[in-house]
Amino acid sequence: MSTENGSSGNGALVRLSKISKNFRRGSEDIHVLSDLNLEVGKGEFLALMGPSGSGKSTLLNLIGGLDRTTVGTIEVGGEHIEKMSDRALAAWRARHIGFVFQFYNLLPVLSAEKNVELPLLLTNLSSLERKKHVAAALDIVGLSHRANHSPRTLSGGEQQRVGIARAIVTDPTLLLCDEPTGDLDRASGDEILSLMQALNKDQGKTFIMVTHDPHASARAGRTVHLDKGQLSTEAPE
Amino acid sequence: MKFLHLVFSNLMRKKLRTSLTVLSIFIAFMLYGILCTIKESFTAGIDVAGADRLVVRNKITLIQPLPDSYLQKIVALSGVDSAVHFTWFGGIYRDDAALFFPSMPVSDIDTFLDIYPEYKLSDEAKEKWHSTRTGVIVGKQTAERFEWKVGDRIPLHSPIWPRKEDQVWEFDIVGIYEGASAKTDITGFYFRYDYFNEGRERGEGLAGWYTVRVKDPDKAPEVASAIDSEFQNSPYETKAEPEGAFAQAFVQQMGDIGAILMSILSVVFFTILLVTGNTMAQSVRERTQELGVLKSMGFSDGLVLRLVLAESCLIVVVGGFIGIGLAWLMAAGGSPVPDMLPIFYFPTEYVIIGIGLVIALGLAAGIIPAIEARRLRIAVALRRNA
Ligand SMILES: Nc1ncnc2c1ncn2[C@@H]1O[C@H](COP(=O)(O)OP(=O)(O)O)[C@@H](O)[C@H]1O
Ligand SMILES: [Mg+2]
Repeated sequence: MSTENGSSGNGALVRLSKISKNFRRGSEDIHVLSDLNLEVGKGEFLALMGPSGSGKSTLLNLIGGLDRTTVGTIEVGGEHIEKMSDRALAAWRARHIGFVFQFYNLLPVLSAEKNVELPLLLTNLSSLERKKHVAAALDIVGLSHRANHSPRTLSGGEQQRVGIARAIVTDPTLLLCDEPTGDLDRASGDEILSLMQALNKDQGKTFIMVTHDPHASARAGRTVHLDKGQLSTEAPE
Repeated sequence: MKFLHLVFSNLMRKKLRTSLTVLSIFIAFMLYGILCTIKESFTAGIDVAGADRLVVRNKITLIQPLPDSYLQKIVALSGVDSAVHFTWFGGIYRDDAALFFPSMPVSDIDTFLDIYPEYKLSDEAKEKWHSTRTGVIVGKQTAERFEWKVGDRIPLHSPIWPRKEDQVWEFDIVGIYEGASAKTDITGFYFRYDYFNEGRERGEGLAGWYTVRVKDPDKAPEVASAIDSEFQNSPYETKAEPEGAFAQAFVQQMGDIGAILMSILSVVFFTILLVTGNTMAQSVRERTQELGVLKSMGFSDGLVLRLVLAESCLIVVVGGFIGIGLAWLMAAGGSPVPDMLPIFYFPTEYVIIGIGLVIALGLAAGIIPAIEARRLRIAVALRRNA
């Protein structure tokens, strides 16, 4: 297995081998990813950069089991997710993956704490235990005082912190963030990046973050660039 | 249950749309309840009719009489257990025809109550009926309507059967009977045939119709034809038929009420299905992205399907149960037209059917949007307006 991307070899948490992904648009096939390899170590903070439309979100979705590869295998924590049924994959996501989206994607009809509670509804936790976990997650992101607020009444930065609380509340193996600061001003974006960095350093959470902001990627431990369906450590000219 | 908050919150997203949908469901189910009550009041007599009862009437029409002497001949036929005759009296109280209740002389009270076990009368009252020539028993509903008590003397006059020498008919209440169930008609006014027969100005010896109890309900058709052939080629030919058919002949004159009500309800429910289905379809389409987010968290396709179905069931349950409940309360409040529709209640079996309809409608309205939500590919859903 190639380790050219500087991953931690056998300790890899995520291992993509010879991944290809095509989309059909009308009668033609678009090759978004071709024969791509990637390893991400446990506790890493990886930034994934690349021009718009290069396939960053597609790659992130594949790692998170939201979409299926055309060719190739994906191993996360030793499990081959491409072999799982849709049902098993959903259960696997609930246990292992936390997503953070560019536009926060909170449910507008639920309060901040009810949004954070959503992933816990899939567990066997009692209502009381769920409340405790939600309170802890909101405390980590510094939003305990906004628990009952509706997303509408929160600023962009606050909404994204709720989004992060929702992603970490189940203590997932892997956090996948698709341009988490893409919709925020510099100051709020920096706060979010600091929060992610702290979660990575203090709690050992593994992050894969899509961004096209060099400012953001500078906070990551390692950066890879996606271009023309392939990954490289160097930014393309 | 832990998902209830989520389901409920989704309905609160567009309060006006949800309220209007609930309101139309509510109206539909209230209409259902009221129409069921009305249908029941028209047809209750048919269901009640004992399978062992035949009605024997004049072959020409219902209003042509039969000789009262047929009683012995009918009872003598094999297969006949007992028989009683009635005559439509058409009594008018306080000179006001609008104060209608059915009144008629009956040949014998004991046989009558034997054949109609759904009427409950005390033994004491039966005895008094025998000892009081002008005695009458009155149904509880009519007694309450006019605040009559045992011992009251009730004057009636009858345009069909004037009394000799222009006298008013007078009756003494000897008992008030009750019904065995809510279906029982308790508006009747039954008095003695001998008093009636000797007092009337004309038509002596003529009765209206007979009710015959057969020994074996399975043999009822044979007994009916035996009765008809017994009186064939006499001046008063008969037509004997099961009581249900007799009662239905009444109802048929008002059109096939059941069918009319059913077609109204079908149209109403079809419309409600479209309204609710449209609400659900819109609501699901609006939150394609949110459904994608739920799935990305690990909500399975099956769970998402159930959540959408739960939402559409909840909206129908709220509207439907309030509608059925209100219709039930209205029916329990009594008939608005007791003289026209004396039997007025919302039958339990229709309440149960209504609850079934609520669930069926909830599932039917939600199933297409729910399948759509289940099929939604996450990656596609998340790309929407992102
Ligand atoms: N579901 C899809 N169907 C068809 N084409 C898609 C789909 N998802 C992504 N694409 C195409 O794949 C390419 C990569 O998209 P994406 O992964 O979103 O890029 P990025 O996140 O780097 O901007 C784009 O050309 C996009 O139009
Ligand atoms: Mg993208």
